[in-house]
Amino acid sequence: MARFIVRRLAGMVLVLFAVSVLTFAIFNLIPNSPPAQRLAGKNATPTLVKSIEKDWGFDEPLPVQYFETMKKIFTGELISYGDELNVEERIVEGIPTSFSLCIGAAVIWLSFGILFGFLSATRVGGWLDRALTIGSVGGISIPVFLIATLFLYFLTYKIELFPASGYVPLLEDPIQWAYHLVLPWFTLAILNIGFYSRVLRSNMLDVMREDYVRTARAKGLDERRIMVRHVLRNSLIPIITLFGLDFGATLFGGAIITEVIFSLGGVGQYAAESITNLDLPPLMAITIFGAFFVVLFNALTDVVYAYLDPRIRLGSSAQ
Amino acid sequence: MSPGALLSARDLRVGFATEGGQLQAVDGVSFDLAAGEVLAIVGESGSGKSVTAQTILGLTRSPNARIEGSVQLGGVELLDASDSALRQVRGERIGMVFQDPMTSFNPVYRLGSQIVEAIRAHRGDVSKAEGRARAVELLDSVGIPDAERRVDDYPHEFSGGMRQRAMIAMALALEPEVLIADEPTTALDVTIQAQVLRLLERLNRERGVATILITHDLGVVAEVADRVMVMYAGRVVEEGTLDEIFYDPQHPYTWGLLGSLTRLDRPRPKRLPQISGAPPSLLSLPPGCSFRARCPHEFAKCAEMPPLEARLPDAPSHCDRCWLSPERKRELRQVEGQIGLGAPAR
Repeated sequence: MARFIVRRLAGMVLVLFAVSVLTFAIFNLIPNSPPAQRLAGKNATPTLVKSIEKDWGFDEPLPVQYFETMKKIFTGELISYGDELNVEERIVEGIPTSFSLCIGAAVIWLSFGILFGFLSATRVGGWLDRALTIGSVGGISIPVFLIATLFLYFLTYKIELFPASGYVPLLEDPIQWAYHLVLPWFTLAILNIGFYSRVLRSNMLDVMREDYVRTARAKGLDERRIMVRHVLRNSLIPIITLFGLDFGATLFGGAIITEVIFSLGGVGQYAAESITNLDLPPLMAITIFGAFFVVLFNALTDVVYAYLDPRIRLGSSAQ
Repeated sequence: MSPGALLSARDLRVGFATEGGQLQAVDGVSFDLAAGEVLAIVGESGSGKSVTAQTILGLTRSPNARIEGSVQLGGVELLDASDSALRQVRGERIGMVFQDPMTSFNPVYRLGSQIVEAIRAHRGDVSKAEGRARAVELLDSVGIPDAERRVDDYPHEFSGGMRQRAMIAMALALEPEVLIADEPTTALDVTIQAQVLRLLERLNRERGVATILITHDLGVVAEVADRVMVMYAGRVVEEGTLDEIFYDPQHPYTWGLLGSLTRLDRPRPKRLPQISGAPPSLLSLPPGCSFRARCPHEFAKCAEMPPLEARLPDAPSHCDRCWLSPERKRELRQVEGQIGLGAPAR
């Protein structure tokens, strides 16, 4: 286990380094007016631009700028170009919102994905399977912004069932918190409900052909127990891997559109703003932050995976 | 069904609708299994022996399968039994052991818990602790050393031979009247095969459990079987006692099987004889005898219609399906190199 953790930490540092260098490089390669120019404003004098360049360190070589930025990220002193506010404070402010959105959506997509996949696989070829197949292919195909728009049009405008935007902190009012998040949750979850139910269905159909399922049947177990304890249990192992990857990626990527449409004010919305304004410091910080969580969830996935599949032992050398 | 038979099949037919058409896997199989008896079903891959065995327990039931005929256990029909009635039979009255012990246990559960599961499926009043104690006892009885500790192992921590013994222990957990062993030694090393066979033999002797042993290995048959049924392309081509099949085989396919065995009591041939050709496709069986394409003794009548079951007048337990006359068969066997000739070594 200790070896596993050390290996994972080393991997994490490498990934974070690579991701931050890439982000920094891309930002400096895309055609763009110099940031000092933008900070100084449209009618600034060359002297002003020069002095801003000096103050912010834009006259330094790029590697030096990179290290300065990274240093500031880890000391929490990073200032954005746009509103000249502290980046970390904005991110920390947005975290509860982003986590509320993503954890809620994940619970929904896992529950419904597993439920629908299970129902489909155990009734393969039946009308329910067909209906769920059509539904899940639809869910996978409809883009998030369209789902959000449809929700907003029908559920907040036509019938005023849910609020159109805003976020209420959980500790302030749990009911309003959930009420405000229902639409964003489902908007974010629908794609994965479709996707997970398809994956689980096909996993289960594969597992049903396994010899040990035949053994279970020959023992005289009832069909429900065979399906839950032997088929579903073994089919969930790959789903866990998928979930580990998807959750990290959703938290700092997939959720951006949803956060923007519902004006939740989380980290995703901050990221969207920074991209629009070509604001490097928040982008760097959010990217590193996101990469950190992706790597973290991957490591957690491996731990859970080893628990679910006793043939895998962490840290032991492969045979 | 003959009196005294514990399990009997009559004209069992199993067909599957496949993309290539109707596949007739089992085509009119009948047999009786008496209490305490060991019946070996022998044949190549695709001869329908596994499908026959699995159909007894209803494991081949599916929307694509057409199952006809009759299978009775103690006089009760199994083929049209309800799912719940069949569940009472599975594990409780008929235990089953499968070919590949590597894949026949669920890899994510401890072996002991899988045995306990088999017990508790039929005996709801058995506690988990009692079940575990019984599992230890069972593993011990099939020769797993240190069963008290190994009961909590996962399947991958057992070797192939141990797993197959654990599988047998699980099949016998509820002391069924019938044990069906579907190629139980095929996936094992030769030395381990012998151990597993010895175990099956001992269980049959000590507990009197009637056994259907499915195999393609006549060496295995010779070790443990009382009676032998030879299958080819979904049909029974010959059936008789062990001695009848080994010392007085009637069907050219049986001759081929016996002829391809290595024998220590004969001079070693340069090349081991084999049956040339491959079994016919079950999707489109040719009319007449299904073995005729590979049979060196084919004559006009073989193509006309499938041979009927013929019993030898002096051996009522011995029957075969071949158009050759008994006299002609005797001549051919003399010429062919002494197949099966010689007195039973008793």
